[in-house]
Amino acid sequence: MATNGAGRPRPRGSGFELYSWLFMRISGVLMLIFLLGHLYIMHIINSVEVVNYNFVAARWGTPLWRTWDLILLLLAALHGSNGLRILIDDYIHSHGWRVVALAVLYVLAIGFILGGSLVLFTFQPVAS
Amino acid sequence: MKVKLRIKRFNPQKDRKPYWQEFEVEAEKTDRVLDALHQIRWYQDGTLGFRRSCAHGICGSDAMLINGKNRLACKALFADLGDYVTVEPLRGLPVLKDLIVDMEPFFAAYRAVKPYLINNDQPPLKERLQSPEERARFDDTTKCILCAACTTSCPSFWVNRDYLGPAAIVNAHRFIFDSRDQAAEERLDILASRDGVWRCRTIFNCTDACPRGIQVTKAIEEVKRAIMYAKV
Repeated sequence: MATNGAGRPRPRGSGFELYSWLFMRISGVLMLIFLLGHLYIMHIINSVEVVNYNFVAARWGTPLWRTWDLILLLLAALHGSNGLRILIDDYIHSHGWRVVALAVLYVLAIGFILGGSLVLFTFQPVAS
Repeated sequence: MKVKLRIKRFNPQKDRKPYWQEFEVEAEKTDRVLDALHQIRWYQDGTLGFRRSCAHGICGSDAMLINGKNRLACKALFADLGDYVTVEPLRGLPVLKDLIVDMEPFFAAYRAVKPYLINNDQPPLKERLQSPEERARFDDTTKCILCAACTTSCPSFWVNRDYLGPAAIVNAHRFIFDSRDQAAEERLDILASRDGVWRCRTIFNCTDACPRGIQVTKAIEEVKRAIMYAKV
């Protein structure tokens, strides 16, 4: 048992964790608005029966709804993956496994964001 | 009344794993768990290991897990606990023997936040003056006795021993908000690191566990806010 009065090594400081913490709070509140709005439009104003390809295609005809969905996609993907990153930091102690888990997480998160953005930006309605 | 104590025992020289042992002692309702531990150690089994110093709730030596909650054995009455009481060592710190844990990781985290007055001005001839309001700002966190009940009740600390833990943050809070201290920025830098305040998930176990009634979670949140206002 070392009791020589020495402190532990000075913790690594950086502003990243502060902004990550702040982002979780702000994105949480924003998602509450955007997600509830989304649910309200898709399930309460419009009955589920009318939500089909044409409905979505018409909705995405306006930049407003594409932006709405892009914001929702970014907030959800970043909020979720940042939460998982913190869990991995907490629970996976072996350095090797932590690197593996974080790599998988980052690939998935970037994949979801890129895939979703690709559809949002390049979607062209086809009459059916 | 007769009281049964179920104690988690471990002797690193003999046992490969901790095991439970039951003891029966005669105790009053007004007796404390510490009195029962004394009965056992003095009259039944001298090998029972536990720490205590002042035995009156101020030295912080005898924090342990009593009926599933971190308490000081010298403040836990049988009147509140009933006649069947389980006693375990604090969680999240290595057990040295029976109810004695290695406190060194806890104190290392404490030392890391520089828990002492830093003021580079010429010392005044008399005391360093402070208004009652300035003193009240950090009054709550001066009450800490470093018993480790908060830190070892924190699930974030259980899974991640690199986390500085509630007690270290409470003691940093005590100086960060002290008008006589000049190193608040340095401490906020330390606490803004990966293993500082951001590991807190506001679970409130620390506030529940504190035998001094310190609003630990509130203190941690105040430090988070101070870091945020300083940097954003």
